[in-house]
Amino acid sequence: MVGYIIRRLLYMIPILLGVALLVFTLFTTVGEDPVRIALGNHASPEAITELRSKWGLNQPLHLQFLDFLKQIITFDYGRSFNTGEKLSALFAQGALVSLSLTLPPFLLAVMLNVSMALVVAYYRGSIFDRFATAFFIMAMSISYLVYIIAFQYILAFQFDLFPINGYEAGFRAIPYLVLPGIIIIFVSMGPDVRMYRTVFLDEIKSDYVRTARSKGAAEPRVLFKHILKNAMIPILTYTVVAIPFLVLGAFLMERFFSIPGIGDLMINAINTGDFPVLKGLTMYIAIGYSIFNLITDILYAYVDPRVKLD
Amino acid sequence: MSTQVANNSLGRRALQKLLRQKLTVICFVVIIIYLSIALLGALNLLPDFQARVGESYEPPSLSIAKIFGTDIFGRSVLFKLLAGTKTAISIGFLVTSIAVPIGITLGSLAGYYGGKIDGFVVWLFSVIVSVPYLLMVIAISYVLGKGMLSMCIAMGSIGWVGLCRLIRAEFLKHKEREYVLAARLLGANDYNLIFKQILPNVLHLAIITASLQVLGAIKSEVILTYLGVGVQDGSSWGSMISDATGELVNGHWWPLAGVVITMFFIIYALNVVGDALRDALDPKLVD
Repeated sequence: MVGYIIRRLLYMIPILLGVALLVFTLFTTVGEDPVRIALGNHASPEAITELRSKWGLNQPLHLQFLDFLKQIITFDYGRSFNTGEKLSALFAQGALVSLSLTLPPFLLAVMLNVSMALVVAYYRGSIFDRFATAFFIMAMSISYLVYIIAFQYILAFQFDLFPINGYEAGFRAIPYLVLPGIIIIFVSMGPDVRMYRTVFLDEIKSDYVRTARSKGAAEPRVLFKHILKNAMIPILTYTVVAIPFLVLGAFLMERFFSIPGIGDLMINAINTGDFPVLKGLTMYIAIGYSIFNLITDILYAYVDPRVKLD
Repeated sequence: MSTQVANNSLGRRALQKLLRQKLTVICFVVIIIYLSIALLGALNLLPDFQARVGESYEPPSLSIAKIFGTDIFGRSVLFKLLAGTKTAISIGFLVTSIAVPIGITLGSLAGYYGGKIDGFVVWLFSVIVSVPYLLMVIAISYVLGKGMLSMCIAMGSIGWVGLCRLIRAEFLKHKEREYVLAARLLGANDYNLIFKQILPNVLHLAIITASLQVLGAIKSEVILTYLGVGVQDGSSWGSMISDATGELVNGHWWPLAGVVITMFFIIYALNVVGDALRDALDPKLVD
């Protein structure tokens, strides 16, 4: 087990090196020139040279890449081109906002969607099941953007139930986060319930279900006691891997509702060529993704004794 | 004997199964209608969406051009939707035709040869999935210059990962099967084993993935265009939706209604057909 974890952690090195190389190539060598974006098209050559050396862009590429690798190892990505703020502070602040936007709806959505999928799976093949399936496919056929626009327009603008957009620090943020949260839960329903339902139906075909039934276990007991426990394995995998991306926030939400989270930071950085922000964010998310993947595999082996880690 | 086997092939059974489902057939027809609109657009036979047909923001009325009303410049919303259909379908197909061949090739090579090739492919897709999808797509589109083609290349150059994983896993299983060993004993070379023996047995995965890929590309286009990457001349559903935020507040609901309806039918149809294809082609579900 320990050997496995060490090997997996070592395998993260080539992957993160690959991500670093990819990000570096995309943003440094072929992307738009951040100095041009910052100073506009009419800047004097002296000003351009000065900013270039201040941002370390006048060094040869391999040295810039080595610098980037040093930043990754020390978790210090320097300062934002735009604001001059330290990135660690910027990220910590943004991550807190994004997590308070995405984490509560994410947890609620998992519980809600798993319960709904259980109910639908319990009534499998009935009119109710077919109606629910049809409804979810229809709900999935409307663009995410349309839901945001419609919910914002109807609930916030017409009925004035929530603030249209904006954000305040601390607990006063809550009113601003409710409507985006509702939309996140609503949009997750279609794909998630459908997927969990498939997971449950796969389990229902297993031998242990037949055994449980032939022992005389009632259908609800089979469903909640036996099937739910086994189905938690794929559900767990699906859920845990999604966690690092929560930090990224629902950046469309952040844009529509003017919430200053990581997603908003990222889109602004893309539009202004703020490469330190993009490079730092990408590396953080890539590291988070690798670690949570590993956690999933360990949890997998923990909840399912049939899985051996080697 | 051989004809009997052919008549019972997976493809034929799948087709029979699909044709028995009324909803699936209707959805096929819907997809064909959208494809025809896109084809007309490619041949420049669609009405010009840039032309003024009336006043600014006329509500829907009973004439063909104004059935969904007009936009801020007095252009027909319907004509814009038709142009958007061409854009969306082109994007769907372009992305799929980039992603699917890459996915099949890398997936089969990695699964079949194993070793260093497999190590490289696994490393490559592990790197790609570690970076947030939209960040990658936006970054690549910026590098290639804004516009439809670069957006499609960006989506396609990432979209192969899912299919590649599926194909690789199937190849790992199939290359040990008896029919492959038998072919190998008969002297079949690697090319023959990969493309003639194993690939036909896993190709249904590509068909299912492709139908989902078209759908995903259409949905992503809308979001990317809203974020400022992608189609810039207004002939896209995405730009119509992003205009709609301001229009709704002023009571101009019809451009948004038009896009929602137009998008709904094609995405719904692709969803239903994708599901039906999976049910029909996945041998594990054949009963």
